[in-house]
Amino acid sequence: MTCRLIALLLNLFLALPAAANPALEAVIADNLDQIERPSRRTVEPVVARIAATGPEGMALLSAWAGRSLGLADGRLVIVTGDGATDAVTGQAVTGADPKMLRPNAGVRGVIESALVAGEIASPDRARRAAALASIARDGTAEHLAALRAAAPEPDPALAARRARIEKLLTIRFDADPAARVTAIQDMAGDVGLDFRAALNPLLATRRVASADEPQGANIARELRVGSDDFPREAAIALLTAQGLVQPRLTAADQRNALAAHIVDGRVGGVSVAELSDPQARDRAYEALEGAGTVPPAATEAETEAALAGIRFFDVYAEPEAAVTDAARAAQRGAEWRLGAMKGIDLGLDALSLASIYFLAAIGLAITFGVMRVINMAHGEFIMMGAYTGYVAQTLIADRTLSLVAALPLAFAVTFAAGVVLYRLVIRHLAHRPLETLLATFGVSIALQQLAKNIFGTQARPLTAPAWLEGAITVNDVVSISTIRVAIFVLALLFLGLFLFIMKRTRLGLEVRAVTQNPGMAASMGINPDRIAMMTFGLGSGIAGIAGVAIGLFAQVTSELGQQYIVQSFMTVVVGGVGNIWGTLAGAGLIGVLSKVIESFNPSNTLAAQTFMILFIVIFIQFRPRGIIPQRGRAAEA
Amino acid sequence: MNRIISAAAALAISTGLAGIAWAQEGEPIKIGVLHSLSGTMAISETTLKDTVLMMVERQNAKGGLLGRPLEAVVVDPASDWPLFAEKARELLTVSDVDVIFGAWTSVSRKSVLPVLEELNGLMFYPVQYEGEESSKNVIYTGAAPNQQAIPAVDYMTEELGVEKWALLGTDYVYPRTTNNILDAYLKDKGVAAGDIFVNYTPFGHSDWSKIVADVVALGADGKKVGVVSTINGDANVGFYKELAAAGVSAEDIPVIAFSVGEEELSGLDTANLVGHLAAWNYFQSADTPENAAFIEEWHKFIGDDKRVTNDPMEATMIGFSAWVAAVEKAGTTDVDPVLDAIVGIEVPNLTGGTATVLPNHHLTKPVLIGEIRADGQFDIVSQTEPVPGDAWTDYLPESAVLDADWPGKQCGMFNTQTNSCVQVQSNY
Amino acid sequence: MTRQPFILRNPSVLVVLALLAAFTLAVTLMSTAYGSGALPTSTVKVLGKTLCLALAAVAMDLVWGYLGILSLGQMAFFALGGYMIGQWLMYARTEAIVAASLSGNPIPPTVQELREAVANQIFGVVGSADLPLVWTLAHSLTAQLVLVVAVPGLLALVFGWLAFRSRVNGVYLSILTQAMTLALALWLFQNDSGFRGNNGLSGLQNIPGLDGVGQARLSVWFLWASAAALALFYVLAAWVVGGKFGSVIRAIRDDETRVRFLGYPVEGFKLAVFTLAAMITAIAGALYYPQAGIINPAELMPIASIYLAVWVAIGGRGRLYGAMIGAIVVSLLSSWFTGGRAPDLNLPGYAVKWVDWWQVALGLSFVLVTLFAPKGIAGIFDRLAGILPPRRHGRDLGPDQGALQEQEAKA
Repeated sequence: MTCRLIALLLNLFLALPAAANPALEAVIADNLDQIERPSRRTVEPVVARIAATGPEGMALLSAWAGRSLGLADGRLVIVTGDGATDAVTGQAVTGADPKMLRPNAGVRGVIESALVAGEIASPDRARRAAALASIARDGTAEHLAALRAAAPEPDPALAARRARIEKLLTIRFDADPAARVTAIQDMAGDVGLDFRAALNPLLATRRVASADEPQGANIARELRVGSDDFPREAAIALLTAQGLVQPRLTAADQRNALAAHIVDGRVGGVSVAELSDPQARDRAYEALEGAGTVPPAATEAETEAALAGIRFFDVYAEPEAAVTDAARAAQRGAEWRLGAMKGIDLGLDALSLASIYFLAAIGLAITFGVMRVINMAHGEFIMMGAYTGYVAQTLIADRTLSLVAALPLAFAVTFAAGVVLYRLVIRHLAHRPLETLLATFGVSIALQQLAKNIFGTQARPLTAPAWLEGAITVNDVVSISTIRVAIFVLALLFLGLFLFIMKRTRLGLEVRAVTQNPGMAASMGINPDRIAMMTFGLGSGIAGIAGVAIGLFAQVTSELGQQYIVQSFMTVVVGGVGNIWGTLAGAGLIGVLSKVIESFNPSNTLAAQTFMILFIVIFIQFRPRGIIPQRGRAAEA
Repeated sequence: MNRIISAAAALAISTGLAGIAWAQEGEPIKIGVLHSLSGTMAISETTLKDTVLMMVERQNAKGGLLGRPLEAVVVDPASDWPLFAEKARELLTVSDVDVIFGAWTSVSRKSVLPVLEELNGLMFYPVQYEGEESSKNVIYTGAAPNQQAIPAVDYMTEELGVEKWALLGTDYVYPRTTNNILDAYLKDKGVAAGDIFVNYTPFGHSDWSKIVADVVALGADGKKVGVVSTINGDANVGFYKELAAAGVSAEDIPVIAFSVGEEELSGLDTANLVGHLAAWNYFQSADTPENAAFIEEWHKFIGDDKRVTNDPMEATMIGFSAWVAAVEKAGTTDVDPVLDAIVGIEVPNLTGGTATVLPNHHLTKPVLIGEIRADGQFDIVSQTEPVPGDAWTDYLPESAVLDADWPGKQCGMFNTQTNSCVQVQSNY
Repeated sequence: MTRQPFILRNPSVLVVLALLAAFTLAVTLMSTAYGSGALPTSTVKVLGKTLCLALAAVAMDLVWGYLGILSLGQMAFFALGGYMIGQWLMYARTEAIVAASLSGNPIPPTVQELREAVANQIFGVVGSADLPLVWTLAHSLTAQLVLVVAVPGLLALVFGWLAFRSRVNGVYLSILTQAMTLALALWLFQNDSGFRGNNGLSGLQNIPGLDGVGQARLSVWFLWASAAALALFYVLAAWVVGGKFGSVIRAIRDDETRVRFLGYPVEGFKLAVFTLAAMITAIAGALYYPQAGIINPAELMPIASIYLAVWVAIGGRGRLYGAMIGAIVVSLLSSWFTGGRAPDLNLPGYAVKWVDWWQVALGLSFVLVTLFAPKGIAGIFDRLAGILPPRRHGRDLGPDQGALQEQEAKA
């Protein structure tokens, strides 16, 4: 009321031109409070009224949803760029400092839903697509009518999408059961989330207890009390909830009842001191029951009698039996396919995890597996790679370019770090693996803290370029993010690179020679020290590249490497030292195993990790040389 | 030298400033700061240490307290939980501090509690937590579940129409307890057990593909799915990246987070997260003069205009102001009189309201819901009136009967059914 | 030739015991409860905890310095000991509180009600109300004291038996022990495992039944207990490594295969020492955590065990007193440097804050010790005692590649 008054007064005093759209003016004046502080549950009528006022109303709504609507001196203004126009009159407003309205996502959904009808036939393809997306999200019966009435869609992709949405809406809202059944049968076998989302509400049931079969209800099935999916306790609980059976006496109720009837330190003839014994409590309660001071508790016989006379049903909320039958058939038909799809998706996840572990471990497979040099700072080399990626991204704005620069840069940085570590520390500890292990631990601790000092403990952003964003989607069940596919490809590349270097290059030949017999290799003119250094650098360099890859999908922190070091060693050891295929097998085993355990207990990811590590610990006890054990003399060294 | 001259000049010019000169003579009041400066919690807690130092400086500039200057004693518990107990004992017995501002994680608070209660110290705890506690010696200036989690869930139900819930959390006590409370609350409101999906992940978890797929699959029932995230710290980065990669937009599956603030978002590219939500009692984007002044003071103190402010900083600020007011009211810094005085103290917050210290040692706080913007700040889309913090939740049967009333009943765990104090000391 | 008495063969044991006694006496005389009050209670607690760490280091030295197994999972046993005693401490304290509270009710509680109330108090914090199976014996101090050595002992026995039987050794074994402690830590992190997840067990410094004593006196008592345990197990460890048994385990360290070919049951020896060390470590843990007040799974993350190895290495492995010195010196230095009280080192242009740089310094000093002083601090004592390595010009001791070099083989 006051609002309207103020608006009116403002109109008078400022002598603004008459409202171009008096109906809109009135609606705004009536509902200014609602517009300023809207709530999803109450905003719908207001939106409908504004929409009914014509194009100005629609413009206001789209500005409102787009958060470009502001409030200045009690008038709504649409802000565009640095200018602003009055929402009602369409005239430019100058000098105002509007308070921008920020409707929440729910309200925006309502507004968009109201705008949709006009947008389906919009000449702009993007707006038509947005309209379809909005309908797909929150379809109503009105949308179904609007879709059917709209002009045919010229774009084939959008047309298919529209046809699908129309079918889905038909299933949900069409008045004619036959049309719904046809639509369901048309789509049967589809595993799309939207289709299942349309079917499942049709098949939702509620549990009914009654003496006779409920009349006119669409009964899903009758339940047998005591069967596996409907135990006796559930039946009693249902009856208790409906008030058909007295609730059992709980221990707390009994205690309170007894406490309320203490007379001279005794209850029902039992002294209070004895009541720490449950049997004494029962005796006392029975005595009170006998005296009639407390109501008798429900007995087993009463419950039994109540159960005997009552039947239990699952009843569909959907009244049409034909529809529910069709829905059920469609659901059954898709069940097997759905299961298979879920399996495939799990397989993809496992493959992705395996490739990540493989990528993290491949450097170790070289340094530890081939050269037998243990490097606990390997994880920190991964971390260094990730930070190199971050630094590259801060220096080069273009994300594709920065990634292209980061990969060789990360290799160079960690290669250099590896060579330095080898020259300064590891070379002096040759053939003393435990000392090497400890010394590299020292390096690892120092590097981690150094990273904290330089970059801080907060996670740093390392963002994938746009073409690596998003996911490769087969259908609503099977999909995998592009970045994971890229990591998989990268892992394959490095497998190939490793094989190439080892089998086809002079370095590889020399490495193999040094590994097998350093003395003999040295006498053939190979410098074992140089070879070891190069190999170590190579392994470290690959760790750096793995770091960039891991940083792209996870978080870049100083503890990044620590998370992978134990798993990486596991991968190498489980697979079998000295054999790249073993590392591959190890990564595969660990990846698949983690995902399978995870899918058994989706609510506790930590348990999956625990059991995975436990499994590996036990596995190594029984196959200490790994899946693919090394044979020959080298194995004895 | 300059300071002495200017102080003398000030003394000569204005008698009103004489307090400062006098303040310098008094025995300093010591304030313990028990926040980790190293280790995993350092990034979050260092900010709070700086906030306390800023407040101390501000108070000294005002002429100190009770005519005495304030002096901060900073120790570093290094994110090591047993060390929190050790350092707290040191602060209370060796440094003889009058009040402690400190702790972040629940486990660090639980570590300090027995020491505080044994030595009758006073600590202000500035972080949102799981509730189910009220100690005589702690003032909880962060949000209890009914000041963050419950209103957030209400918002999701009412404003976003969420019917099916995924409660994702890191596996530690805050998410566990919060999710338990939410589970009970949602069931109370008629949500079926099958419509609540719970998942716990380890700290720093990075492989989110399966969990995100599980959440997306929840939509197969045709019900609107919403995610309540109590995922802690760095793990959020991977989680949001995977969400964005899976093409889950805020319109499809909104995510409301209780542990993601301005500070956490700075480690992320927020372009893909626009529209996802967070619930706090304060956002840096709050449009009030108090907040603008606070942010300016902070930037000046820290010497970096890019540093963000966040909810625990506001809570620290409120706690400090409340303590100063209580000391002035009590006329002493002794713990018992201050505790008597502090209940009922009302101090301004930064979002245009006030915070009152309640008898259960919690505060009244408004609940704000923010949508993530592309610049890493939040659009405040909902703000309630101040809600009184509830130490014992009403939605778990064992806690519903409990109440905390320190000045009235001298008890933090009072059973209203049996009318007796369950225990005076806290559960550790 | 008659065998000399044990003590005469090991004069260092006497010196260590004397120093320990003098230290304990000095701390007692400076404590607030029994002496001048020069040392505040928090310092007494730190010293008491340090003695427990020294004991753990002695056990670590048994396994690593004498048996040659670099176990990176020793802190698992330490923490398990703490968890076992912590269960009783929490249960008994809570039971007393609950009993007092329930006695206010008009009707005395049943055993069942009491148990439920205790469970609710302990696990209400982590959102559960049932007493997990692993807490079945928590009400009994005797049972939990037995479990303090039994659980870690059994774990070491089973783990060791599996590992040694399949001849997992060297670096593999180190990584495997690390995986073991990681798996255990992750398991304990889960709320479902029944040890209160990340919150762990807390309030352990309040000893049930000793409410009136006060922390000032309790801290000294625990210091005495820790010193006594250290003395006892130091003597035991010295005795174990001193005799023929000790010769065999050192031989295993130097060349396992040869000892096996000589007919010794190598696995049995390894298992015995590994298990004994686990039990000693567990006792150290059981004494440590009531002083620390809280135990949670972070205590047994792999990094903790690595630090233990670092202490022993810096102190000097293969010398029991070396391990002790390393643990005491490095852990006290660590807490001093990270405590924020060490003065900044002002280099030109940059002030080194020790809170930030201590870890870097520690890590690097560790590398330096491994490279240049494999005998650690104890090497200085060897030098003083005139024990000099035979001059073999750094050659391998055995004919095989990978045999120990002379620096490693002395003890």
